Amino acid sequence: MGVYWAIAVRSFRRFSTYRIATASGAFTNSVFGFIMCGIYLTLWHERPGLGGYDAADALTFVWLQQGLLMPVGIWGATTTGELGERVRSGEIAVDLYRPTHLLLWWLSVDLGRALFQLLVRGGIPLLVGALVFDLKFPSGLLAWLAVAVGVFLAILVSFGIRYLVALSGFWITDTRGMEQLALVLSTFFSGMILPLVVFPGWIGGFARATPWAATMQVPIDIWLGRNPGGTGSALLFQLGWVAVLLLGAQVVTSVATRKVVIQGG
Amino acid sequence: MPVIELADVSRAFTVTSRTGFRRTRREVRAVDGMTFSVEPGEVMGYIGPNGAGKSTTIKMLTGILVPSGGSIRVAGVDPSRHRLKLAKRIGVVFGQRTTLWWDLPLKDSFAVLQKMYDVPLARHRSNLATFVELLDLQDLLDVPVRQLSLGQRMRGDIAAALLHDPEIVYLDEPTIGLDVISKARLREFLAQVNAERRTTIILTTHDLDDIEALCTRVMVIDHGHQIFDGTLDGLKSSQSAPRTLVVDLAASLPPIEVTGATVVKVDGPRQHLTFPTSASAAPLLAQIAANYPLVDLSVSEPTIESVITQLYNSA
Repeated sequence: MGVYWAIAVRSFRRFSTYRIATASGAFTNSVFGFIMCGIYLTLWHERPGLGGYDAADALTFVWLQQGLLMPVGIWGATTTGELGERVRSGEIAVDLYRPTHLLLWWLSVDLGRALFQLLVRGGIPLLVGALVFDLKFPSGLLAWLAVAVGVFLAILVSFGIRYLVALSGFWITDTRGMEQLALVLSTFFSGMILPLVVFPGWIGGFARATPWAATMQVPIDIWLGRNPGGTGSALLFQLGWVAVLLLGAQVVTSVATRKVVIQGG
Repeated sequence: MPVIELADVSRAFTVTSRTGFRRTRREVRAVDGMTFSVEPGEVMGYIGPNGAGKSTTIKMLTGILVPSGGSIRVAGVDPSRHRLKLAKRIGVVFGQRTTLWWDLPLKDSFAVLQKMYDVPLARHRSNLATFVELLDLQDLLDVPVRQLSLGQRMRGDIAAALLHDPEIVYLDEPTIGLDVISKARLREFLAQVNAERRTTIILTTHDLDDIEALCTRVMVIDHGHQIFDGTLDGLKSSQSAPRTLVVDLAASLPPIEVTGATVVKVDGPRQHLTFPTSASAAPLLAQIAANYPLVDLSVSEPTIESVITQLYNSA
């Protein structure tokens, strides 16, 4: 197990070397936070209590959204992007020379990245938002613990989806279409455009059941204490998607490996 | 006991080509009927033109590709069935790719490798100290890999491939793109590792100087077939590549007539003649000097390049 820890630590360090990119990214997130606050404030002013959120919930949602965007990798992440590139170029063969499991290797790499980005790309916008607006924070140790678990599971769900998209390159020559599709689905169903709670009827129900909901809407609701079925069932919902996606990822990894080894790529 | 054994190994790929709506499938045999074995501590040069089947062979030896026929044993196991287990006992270097962490200092990559291969810490430290000294890496350990020059990065990659004391190392064009000094240094290092640790080295290269400097054995393949297996001297004498005689005459003349040699090129007053390696140059000189206005001359031995070119052409 030591090796995967060592990999995660190196990945964390690697991302910490991109100082200017990180700083400018955090700045961009903060600017977008203010823009979104303007939009959401107008919306909740017109329709108070929309989706069961009050204005403070909506503002907190905005800053958590900006803070989770990069760490969770809603629009993709450098790590799984590089994995996709390696699959396309065939360089993935180099990874097979290593005495490590492909899935665990890339998961460790992604977790190291996510932790660094959570601290900086997550922390800075949240701090900026909290200085300007009156945001909601979890109360009590248990609530904070639930948030930590929820965010961790969100990263795992997102990793599962991104990993599967990257590995699709074993069968599809040009994965750009696949990536575009993943981007659109993720943007909408994670709650990046609007909180999923505002969507009524079956559309809302469907949106909240997708794995993308588990990457952003659900962990933010855990923070706000607004999950319809309570925090426990929210975590179980995430855990379910983690199990399905990582199991799927493992199956696809073995099939892809066999394809490389037997058919020769 | 051989550390690598191949018996009648072949590998076919299905290539689908498309013309209009018609799809045709045909089978390409990248490696065909390969049989050889390598003893521990051998340094074997594995050469052939692009597309000859070199990479395919290496992939099968490391277990990331299964053969379509025949059997392979490396370090006592079937590579494709025990890929992860075998991975701990072999080292691989690709000249055009790196396995180092691009944005991190070199030493970070080495630290991950210690964990990845479960190398006992004391052993890791002593190996690292040795390689750092031999490859002159001391000043590079704290430098991010992306800032290293190609030669420096290659030294880092070679050290990385050897840190876990592999029994076998596969080097795929390790000197590609390096300058003369870096090449010489790398060859010297590899020779030393081989001598001191009895590491078996399989080297694929287009640089025949690598072969001359390092290899006790050469295997030449073309179109998936072995066309030569033996020593470098054996390779040179196996082919009757002709020697070349270059004569400078006092004036531009039509091709001169000499018994036992043929003019292959006329370049003003300079004429190039070839004659068999087995023949002596002295009688030719006497003939030319007697019949033509000879000013200057030189004789050159067949180069290993010409030997191999001839081998490819005759295969």
